[in-house]
Amino acid sequence: MAETPLFALTLRLADNALILGHRLSEWCGHAPMLEEDLALANMGLDLVGQARSFYDYATKLEGKGRDEDALAYRRDAIDFRNVLLVEQPNGDFAATIVRQLLYAAFAEPYFAALSRAKDEMLAAIAAKAVKEMAYHVRHTAEWTIRLGDGTEESHQRAQSALDDLWPFTGELFETDDAERGLIADGVTVDPAPLRAVWNRTLDPIIAEATLARPADGWMQSGGRAGRHSEHLGHLLADLQFLQRAYPGATW
Amino acid sequence: MTDKNTPLWEVFIRTRNGMAHRHVGSVHAADATMALQNARDVYTRRGEGLSVWVVRSSEITASDPSEKGMMFEPADSKIYRHPTFYDVPDDVGHM
Repeated sequence: MAETPLFALTLRLADNALILGHRLSEWCGHAPMLEEDLALANMGLDLVGQARSFYDYATKLEGKGRDEDALAYRRDAIDFRNVLLVEQPNGDFAATIVRQLLYAAFAEPYFAALSRAKDEMLAAIAAKAVKEMAYHVRHTAEWTIRLGDGTEESHQRAQSALDDLWPFTGELFETDDAERGLIADGVTVDPAPLRAVWNRTLDPIIAEATLARPADGWMQSGGRAGRHSEHLGHLLADLQFLQRAYPGATW
Repeated sequence: MTDKNTPLWEVFIRTRNGMAHRHVGSVHAADATMALQNARDVYTRRGEGLSVWVVRSSEITASDPSEKGMMFEPADSKIYRHPTFYDVPDDVGHM
């Protein structure tokens, strides 16, 4: 499938938001307390909303008559371009919170920069999303601090989550040749320099949480190119079941 | 011993500029920061608020229901305290 670089970029942004949003939706009715059940659902809905905007733009860029449902519900795992971090299982509450913090601490400055980029549509979606991601950072930071600096068990679970998810964070800052072309033209933004911002956000939170920042060792990669962990297929089986069983079904 | 019960907080929301904060319900939270976030997540999902207050439920001093006769019934017979005996000029508008 010949894709334009802009379509590929938009699809990645959409897939990140959809897959992480779906992960958060899996907590619905299962969170430790009602207030957090709603908080996770709210964040999930923020992400699904972002996904819809990006998919809608992607369908227009592609111009092949596929609609947003076709992109969300009728592509196989290998066609998804989300980073591996967002498809990692929810695990325990600490794992979900830390995963959300690691992603949001990147997405907030990324969308802030994207809102000033040349592509007007991406900039407009990013301008709306940046406020949502700022709250995700706020909420998950407060939880990370309380889990890390809480009981012995909560500390151990938060540290395990941080250690387990850290190798997936390198992919957030990756680009490929096609994307670098767009960056050079100012159409989109380079994620690499945002690592400094990401560090400045995370380091005080990790310190206040009395957690140890993992070393930047070998990093997992491949989701952006369609090489996914075994978890994505199971997630899609759930996410896509209705449209697979009843193609074209509507409310 | 650690207290395993998460404290209760009362939530007050101001819906528009110029309005007062109104009590809308309560949330559980370990501390004030989380109570404010929980209040935001539970009670402002549909654009209800511009400002949120939270206060520990245990900090509220409430009247005793068994004393409602002494507290409130004396006011029932003082109809003259209602400003219903005045003609409000049309120009005054909403009062």
